[in-house]
Amino acid sequence: MLAAHTAALGPHSTGQHTVTSLAVANPGSLIQSVDWVAIAPPLIAAVAALAVLVTDLFLPERHKKWLGRLAAAGLALALIALLPLTGWSPRATFCVRNVAAATDTPPVGGPAAAGCSYVADHFALVFQLLALGGALIAALLSMHTVEKERLPGGEYWFLLLSSATGAALLPASRDLATMVIALEVASLPAFALVALRRDGRGAEAALKFFVSSVTATAVMLLGIGFVYAASGSLHLGAVAQGLEHAPGQLKPLAEAGAVLTLVGFAFKVAAVPFHFWVPDTYTGAPLPVAGYLSVVGKAAGLSGLALATTVAFRPYAHTWGLALAVLAAVTMTVGNVGALRQRFDTRYSAVRLLAWSSVGQAGYLLVPLAAAGYAPTGADPLGATAAYALIYGVVNLGAFGVVAAVGRRAGTSVDDFRGLFARNRWTALAMAFFLLCLAGLPPGVIGLFGKVVVFRAAVDAGLGWLAVVMAVNVVVALYYYLLWTARLFTPADPAAVADGAGARLPVSLTATLGLTASAAVVLSVAPQLVLQVAGGSLF
Amino acid sequence: MNAVLIALLVLPLLGAALTLAPVFGPDRAVADRRALRLNSVVTGAVFLVSVALAAGFDHGSPARMQATTDVSWIPALHVRFHLGVDGVSLPLIVLTALLTFLCALYSEKRLPGGEARDAAPDEHRPSGQAFVGLFLLLEVGMLATFAVLDLLLFFLAFEIVLIPMYFLIARWGSGAKTPAANRFILYTLLGSAVMLLGFLLIGSKAGTFDMQALAAAHGHGLSHTTQVIAALAIMVGLAVKAPAWPLHSWLPDAHTAAPTVGSVLLAGVLLKMGTYGLVRVLLPVVPDGTATLAPYLGAFAAVGIVYGSLACLALARPGSKGDLKRLIAYSSVGHMGFVLLGIASLTPVGVNGALFANIAHGLITGLLFFVVGALKDRYGTADLDTLSGATGAALYGRAPRIGALLAFAAVASLGLPGLAGFWGELLAMFGAFDPAAGLSRPAFVTYMVLAGLGTLLTAAYLLIVVKRVCMGDPAQPAPVDRLPDLRPYEAVSWTPLAALTLVAGLWPALLLGLSDPAVKHLLGGG
Repeated sequence: MLAAHTAALGPHSTGQHTVTSLAVANPGSLIQSVDWVAIAPPLIAAVAALAVLVTDLFLPERHKKWLGRLAAAGLALALIALLPLTGWSPRATFCVRNVAAATDTPPVGGPAAAGCSYVADHFALVFQLLALGGALIAALLSMHTVEKERLPGGEYWFLLLSSATGAALLPASRDLATMVIALEVASLPAFALVALRRDGRGAEAALKFFVSSVTATAVMLLGIGFVYAASGSLHLGAVAQGLEHAPGQLKPLAEAGAVLTLVGFAFKVAAVPFHFWVPDTYTGAPLPVAGYLSVVGKAAGLSGLALATTVAFRPYAHTWGLALAVLAAVTMTVGNVGALRQRFDTRYSAVRLLAWSSVGQAGYLLVPLAAAGYAPTGADPLGATAAYALIYGVVNLGAFGVVAAVGRRAGTSVDDFRGLFARNRWTALAMAFFLLCLAGLPPGVIGLFGKVVVFRAAVDAGLGWLAVVMAVNVVVALYYYLLWTARLFTPADPAAVADGAGARLPVSLTATLGLTASAAVVLSVAPQLVLQVAGGSLF
Repeated sequence: MNAVLIALLVLPLLGAALTLAPVFGPDRAVADRRALRLNSVVTGAVFLVSVALAAGFDHGSPARMQATTDVSWIPALHVRFHLGVDGVSLPLIVLTALLTFLCALYSEKRLPGGEARDAAPDEHRPSGQAFVGLFLLLEVGMLATFAVLDLLLFFLAFEIVLIPMYFLIARWGSGAKTPAANRFILYTLLGSAVMLLGFLLIGSKAGTFDMQALAAAHGHGLSHTTQVIAALAIMVGLAVKAPAWPLHSWLPDAHTAAPTVGSVLLAGVLLKMGTYGLVRVLLPVVPDGTATLAPYLGAFAAVGIVYGSLACLALARPGSKGDLKRLIAYSSVGHMGFVLLGIASLTPVGVNGALFANIAHGLITGLLFFVVGALKDRYGTADLDTLSGATGAALYGRAPRIGALLAFAAVASLGLPGLAGFWGELLAMFGAFDPAAGLSRPAFVTYMVLAGLGTLLTAAYLLIVVKRVCMGDPAQPAPVDRLPDLRPYEAVSWTPLAALTLVAGLWPALLLGLSDPAVKHLLGGG
């Protein structure tokens, strides 16, 4: 949005020409009429964040748990605010006309979106649903953790909501400056969230996360600078135009800029080789934060990557298509091999395994993105990424929920899940279902179809080799998911049984598990609910 | 919409869901008994529905899809909930329903308990409810595979069976059960993932996943390259399941470790899913690609026949520590080789023979696994050397009915005329003798000769097994003192298989009349 303002004011303050045109006709081009309905989802989350922060000051200690409910309510409200946007044609706001005038062919974002910094099209809505929904589930998951680990409530909820705001803003932003700001709004609170656990691990994890993330941001900013210099614009559609018509001597600059920009997003998606922070950060963070990062953080990075590649860097489609395909193949392989190497009996192995598996899953998520580089129609395969991300979000948060439910002590190992079926059959069944969804095997039907749409995107784009690599990876991943699933049903040590028997789950955890499990079951029966996203173009 | 076929799938699914509900009472033993009773009731109902389906089937036009249901399920992926049966799938559906029902009856009296059956305390024993839930889920997957007419649904059904079978082997099996179960599921998943890629390629190029539409097009609109690639992917995927040599190595371990009912269903139904897929998908949908690859399939089939029989011969030798279940598993590799050879010939005769051999193998090997499972229960081992001792296990003398049934199943398996094993393999070899136009005749005649050699070797090892297990001196010291003969529940669950083996052998037209028009339809595309 910042960029929209500067771009709108730029010609006015410097050029005589614009001033006269203002006097003559169409003064609306300079007056920002804000479409409040379109920006409501991130706005509500931001307002809720501030409300939580202020309320925290006036709330007596014994009522602090209301903060969590307030945060959850805010996120729910933001989700509801998505509803009025669904049936309409894309709504755009923060627009400047002079950018629109410069484009002679309608860009991917549609004619309405040419010079706009914020567009609420289907792409944005799907990823906002993922970001806000994921944040809501993470918030439900957090209520118990905040209470149990005595984390500072006001700060925690404020940071979570701020980060969710950024993640919700990113998919709707359509210029590079807004994207960077949104990405930082999503990331900066996340560092603090990771650090909130008051032991050595939390601080170390946060530092690792912070240093590598800030490096990535710096690299990305440099890249955006290059791109701006070469193309003369920050608006994604205009960047594509500018890159196409860039003078020859600026080509290397533009290409370097594109690469550097993508590096920043690849970091957020935790693509190899920018994945090293993931296992340590996840194990060091409070468990719900790890779940949040694995879904919402990834969604933010992914939506940014998708926008940057398919819209802004469209002219270089074949180059980044191949690069992303290689990146996807390497990411899924490294992630799954990393998960395979985890020992089940060590502390933190449950979260570590989920962390590595999330790297592997990020590889699958990149496949349709790579396919978009080859697809003649442009952005169609993105739907597969969106659908898969939604499915992954639900089941992965569910799995984190079960880990939270099982983890009576910090550092749950996979072996702690032994005999869970005998202790608490519904939790065990839910976990088995989530793991099988992640593996993509029935009865986890929705996980299976999620994989099918990703495979389909690869096959349609002619990326047969990538599909084969992914097929092998799916089999490798099945192995560790299945070993974990089998653990749930094997008899436990008698000591462990006595330890955890009879304890009831806290209400918020039950709600989380119920919500995610029923969502996964409903989607398994009616996959069309989520797969319609993969049906056509999102823009 | 047709209620019969839907009921066939929904009944076991509801049964499986019911096992999760707390309706079986708090007491472990009572709950297990009730769950197993539910299993028999549900599978019995499913069998009755399948019989009703067969009775209502229009036998005058078995090439036509009947009892069809075709509703949209996932429009975004163009997946339709498309069900139907024709002469190819009807026998397999009835066989599946029958075998699951018999297994359910059998397990009601003899719930497999894994190794810890007697030693482990009660709560460590896998529960009957879980067994029933997985068993019914397995039935859903098996029946769905033969009933669906959409490529992606076929893939889904193919995958549904994996998890239940994995747990049946890993939890209720014996010996090295976990590695065997892992190997089973990883192999088959890799196969089916590759198969999915083939399906997606077809869907991408042809614009539909509907098997009937694709079969009607008979490869039109698909370039030769596409067809070859898709056929290769699908063939590899299905060959893992079938299993074809050299992708068979999961099978012996899985069979050795699986509980009796698991082995019966694995051999009787799961292997058929692979060969059924070849007939249903490969032949009609990508005919050109199949024709290009058929000689290779035939070669692998011929090698598999000889390899399987040689492996069995090695296991049957005295002193080789051969496991009987393992031996029958290897014999399955040989028998499925005949099925694959018949399919590879691409002639109506060969494919009919393949389908017949499919059913026959399901009946005979099901019976063999039942009998050997019972022996394993009685002796505590299926090790041939332990069983036979110095002279032979002398079942004829000590447990004459079981001995007779084993001998019966063995001679049926080796292809004695008048029993079910004969016709399928004969027709498959006929098909190979005169393969479809465009296929190399000398190559296929060579395969046929190899297959003929395989039948001789098969006869050799099965007769050795009969000699070592059934004959011998009843007075020699045996591993167990008392050897109970055929129990009533065993008689109930085995007799239908023996009877059908005889019926299919004496009246092959019953099956061939159903499959022949359907096969001609699939091969001709008309």
